[in-house]
Amino acid sequence: MLHNIGNAISLVFKSLMNRRATAILTVASIAVSAGLLSVVERVRTDTQASFANTISGTDLIIGARSGDLNLLLYSVFRIGNPTNNITWESYETIGSRPEVDWTIPFSLGDAHRGYRVLATDLDYFDHYRYADRRKLAFWKGGPFATASEAVIGAEVAERLGYDVGREIIVSHGLTETSFLTHDEDPFTITGILERTGTPVDRTVHISLSGMDLIHSSGAGRVPAPVEGYEPEAITAFLVGLKSKISIFALQRYVNEFEAEPMTAVIPGVALQQLWGLIRVAEYALFGVSAMVVLASVLGLLATLLVSLNERRREMSVLRSVGARPGHIFALLLSEAAMLAFLGALSGLLLIQLGIVAIRQFALTEFGIQMSVGLRAFDFHVLAGILGIAVLVSVIPAWRAYRNSLADGLTVRL
Amino acid sequence: MPSAAIGPENAIEISGLRFGYGSHGDILAIRELNVRASQRVFVHGPSGCGKSTLLAMIGGVLAPRAGAVSILGQSLSGMASAARDRVRADHIGFIFQQFNLVPYLSVVENVSLPCRYSLRRLRRAVKADGSLEESAARLLSALGIGEALRSRKSTELSVGQQQRVAAARALIGRPELVIADEPTSSLDADRRREFIDLLLCECGRAGSTVVFVSHDASLAPHFDIAVDLQLINAAAPHSDAA
Repeated sequence: MLHNIGNAISLVFKSLMNRRATAILTVASIAVSAGLLSVVERVRTDTQASFANTISGTDLIIGARSGDLNLLLYSVFRIGNPTNNITWESYETIGSRPEVDWTIPFSLGDAHRGYRVLATDLDYFDHYRYADRRKLAFWKGGPFATASEAVIGAEVAERLGYDVGREIIVSHGLTETSFLTHDEDPFTITGILERTGTPVDRTVHISLSGMDLIHSSGAGRVPAPVEGYEPEAITAFLVGLKSKISIFALQRYVNEFEAEPMTAVIPGVALQQLWGLIRVAEYALFGVSAMVVLASVLGLLATLLVSLNERRREMSVLRSVGARPGHIFALLLSEAAMLAFLGALSGLLLIQLGIVAIRQFALTEFGIQMSVGLRAFDFHVLAGILGIAVLVSVIPAWRAYRNSLADGLTVRL
Repeated sequence: MPSAAIGPENAIEISGLRFGYGSHGDILAIRELNVRASQRVFVHGPSGCGKSTLLAMIGGVLAPRAGAVSILGQSLSGMASAARDRVRADHIGFIFQQFNLVPYLSVVENVSLPCRYSLRRLRRAVKADGSLEESAARLLSALGIGEALRSRKSTELSVGQQQRVAAARALIGRPELVIADEPTSSLDADRRREFIDLLLCECGRAGSTVVFVSHDASLAPHFDIAVDLQLINAAAPHSDAA
């Protein structure tokens, strides 16, 4: 009988410290596997959250006929390129239907120093919603009022060091080193948006008339007013409906639109498609991390098994002073549990430090917001690793138990 | 053969004992062996004659094939192994040939170890000396382990010092029975005599019965009685060969 648990734990701890080199390596390998598993899950949920937060309150995204995912990616996430334009007439026709509450036209295709340029109208600032139906807010200044004014996202301002009043040049095409720059028509920054954690932060916003201005050339170019300007074509548009009930009806209407081929996607549905696509990779990553956990636990098992022979003497000494075989079994199991617990815990705590180190990079480069703090999943990792470790260490514990019965009190070495 | 007296004054009573591993033949067969309380018994015989097996039987670690073993009037034969373990923890102190100590514990922790597993010995140690630490310290000084060595790790001690620490551990909590299995075989002649004197002196003070096993018959004069195991073990190798 052990008289107190503190004594028992101190015995386990001293026993481990006696073999501290292997103990530390075992703890380290478990830490790596626990950290990896936690990071994979964390990146997965944070990425999903960031994507899901990008657009909110929009019922349909409508563009030229293409894949649902392609339309979602280029219109909202600024990933990939639009396939085709749609005519202003089609936009007007759909926008004026009774079930439509609001529309936001998007015209894409230009860039400023690697940041995409989005031409839109003032409805964008009124109706665009992200995260939990949050409205865009100005950190400085206000929306564009003329064709040669621009509003930039928070990251554009921060990374390029721009402030309100600065003049910028927009280039045609999307690369940073474009040959075609529209240097005749500089844009003046009138406003900087608050950080949203979405692609909006990495966007330069101009008016539809501004877009047409830089694409027209020659004499007689007169900047058109922003309000009420009607370009010939746009890339896509977002639609908000008065009632969700009409989503499917309008989607069908758009998909069967006679005048030109168009596609309407429901953002949530397209996001689900995206997850479906990514899921394979997620499963693969998750599977690999689970294998790493398994490998580290097998390492623990190997360490314990190897130690058994050199510890036979120690075990029979413990037996001679009154330890029952059950105590020997418990000692081995507790050692495994302590190694697994210390390993998993240190792994989980270390990734918190890692997140602090890379969170800014993840936000600015990928728009993924990572938060510090243990999550429910981390406790599952901790409990899972502890459980598996205790489960497999039944093998060495059982062997030590058998040895201690067979050896009795004397081991000949 | 030691006293054949029957009764509670016998620390060990063995009768009709037979033991062997698995399906192999007997390696130990003892018709009768009794040890009176407080007696100092010397058991000798060449290696392989079953000395360690006998001690494992007395310690309740191995169960005999047949026959009865009683310790302090309690029959081990009818007990479950957990109960035999309890008897060992509460009433028997062991000393082995070498590597007696748990390498990752200090000298004092090693000496106190039996009291982790036996509440009875813990109480007796506290009753005798006020506290477990005091009791360990007293035994260590009596056995010539100075204060400077007590907080050391046991692996930093010489072999002779380690054996004396093991003796202190066997004696803590005043167990009724102290079993020593070749405790002096790694010591030189001078240290051997010194160790046996110290051990027997402390066992006498604690009133413990001593069973001391060795292949070296020259140690017999230190003890009350000497038993030649080869003679009483009917299954000893020489009798097989006959």
